[in-house]
Amino acid sequence: MHQPTTEPRRSIYYDYKIHQPWLASKNGPQPRHQVVIAGGGPVGMTAALELARHGVPCVLLESELQVSEGSRAIVFTRRSMEILQQVGVADRVTQHGLPWRFGNSFYRGQRVFRMEAPQDDNDRFWPMINLQQQYLEEFLVDACEVHPLIELRWGNRVTGLTQHQDHAVVEVDTPEGPYTLETEWLVASDGARSGIRTLLDLKLEGASYEGKFVIADIRIDLPLPTERLAFFDPEWNPRNTVLMHREPLNIWRVDYQLPEGETPEQALEPESLKARINAQLELIGHGGKPWEMDWCSVYSARTLTLPDYRAGRTLFIGDAAHLLPIFGVRGANTGFQDAQALAWRLGLICSGQASESLLASYSQERVGAAWEIIDEAGKSTRFMTPPSRGFRLLRDAVLSLSLTEGFVRPLYHWRTSRPHEYSHSALNSAGDDNALFQSGPAQGAPPANVRLVADEFLLDHLGGGFDLLVFGSSVPTDVQATVKDWRAKGLKLRVLLIGQGGVAEGADVCLPDTEGRARARWGVKTDGAAYLLRPDQHVCARWMTLDAHRLNAALKQATTGVAP
Amino acid sequence: MNATTGLTIGGLETAYDQLATAIDTVGEDKSELFLVKLALLAAQQLGNETVFGDLIQRAQKDL
Repeated sequence: MHQPTTEPRRSIYYDYKIHQPWLASKNGPQPRHQVVIAGGGPVGMTAALELARHGVPCVLLESELQVSEGSRAIVFTRRSMEILQQVGVADRVTQHGLPWRFGNSFYRGQRVFRMEAPQDDNDRFWPMINLQQQYLEEFLVDACEVHPLIELRWGNRVTGLTQHQDHAVVEVDTPEGPYTLETEWLVASDGARSGIRTLLDLKLEGASYEGKFVIADIRIDLPLPTERLAFFDPEWNPRNTVLMHREPLNIWRVDYQLPEGETPEQALEPESLKARINAQLELIGHGGKPWEMDWCSVYSARTLTLPDYRAGRTLFIGDAAHLLPIFGVRGANTGFQDAQALAWRLGLICSGQASESLLASYSQERVGAAWEIIDEAGKSTRFMTPPSRGFRLLRDAVLSLSLTEGFVRPLYHWRTSRPHEYSHSALNSAGDDNALFQSGPAQGAPPANVRLVADEFLLDHLGGGFDLLVFGSSVPTDVQATVKDWRAKGLKLRVLLIGQGGVAEGADVCLPDTEGRARARWGVKTDGAAYLLRPDQHVCARWMTLDAHRLNAALKQATTGVAP
Repeated sequence: MNATTGLTIGGLETAYDQLATAIDTVGEDKSELFLVKLALLAAQQLGNETVFGDLIQRAQKDL
């Protein structure tokens, strides 16, 4: 019998709340559900909320009775915030988080590299924001619990799975014993040690690195800005790397690499932790300051992915689908993009707008993204924790050169997580004008935000379905007719006219672009240009001049993956 | 990549002596690091990763 702890986890800053387990005996007989999501972490909850936006109900199973232990994922990227805005929690993250955009690398007491992530006035969100994962999960839990289409079941753990042609049967264990759930689709968001991945005997592909890191959260009052700090080969931990990040509430994340040959158990001994953290504080000129430990763990970098995120009726997202290194904040930030990419497709399939073949493009896009991330993250990881003698020699040579030779310093760049561009997606329109644009987001790219007025941005108006952005003063009548046809079939499709504001026939929203910012950011030179955005806001078609025929073709392609 | 664009005999002899002396000066435990630094500086000066890759291949012969 599954007995999740009913003791609140220990934390010096976060007050854990115990939720009541969902018990089959207290609920009616279970119908066959459309979607069951296993794993109520940030990625699973984002998928549930996004799915609900598309009008599809789901059951969300979480094996524990409380949110995650320790701060875990602490850095969220701008694109993650844009996705969290879509599901309604970005404001709370902004309220509680610490935004930042600078990173610093130190060697022998000298700052040898400073990363400055660009910040455009047209962006609502900062390049990065730090917040402990417990808070993000709490905000997502609050949003899930009030949503009538989401049934969040605490204390429910998946222990068995049988797949059939058109559904899956899930064995769920609870504090009162097991029950069975039938579902058309099972979404596996059950994390790095995914039990569902094991049940289906699926193997990850890629590489694991030997270097191990201690991750420790301490509370200390340090008069330092929110910037990433990386220390290479510090005297107290020769040959290894130490990272520091500021979190809200005077919590600091200190990550340091274990000396070779040391076990995680040895590294987590209180005396060892104390001595090393003191040494690191000494290094940054704050030795002797009082501090308190909140949470610690040991981590090793892996760059692994499943080769296919669909296995029968099961779909993988987040760490269940791939394990990516923390350097470059690629864990949760990649997972949000998975959740968003999957949810709209499942939404269309469950509401009869698309056939299940659309899911092939989910796997194609997101496995492609994972491999791209693995390639980039592999470079950062090989620099942070060199996997062989050759890589160590080169890394040490670069450290040494960087004190006097500027040309090697960009090698310190940690290649921050960025949204994948689905340039080769099967959903991109074959007959649009993509190649004729000189700038703006290309086919497959994520959207470019635009500040419309002081606190109003283009992305505030997008999402929940397909968005057609028309630039100019009117929506062509033949386009209006095509939009109506697709809506009559049940497709969620909104038309945003970007130009003068006010009202216009055939436009759901008219946004003023008095300064021409939207035109500039989207590479639009003349009236009549248009972009079609998928429900995850990625571009699937763009035209210099939109007409009904080509809009129709683009919508067919985006909902089937096949050119009409 | 042939001798006509390379060093004169005298120049090669000078480079030979300079490198040998530097390896002795930095000492046994640092000479490998020194040589890797030198290789990176030379690659940067060369400004061509394809040519550098070819040099890596040629240097691996007959070890």
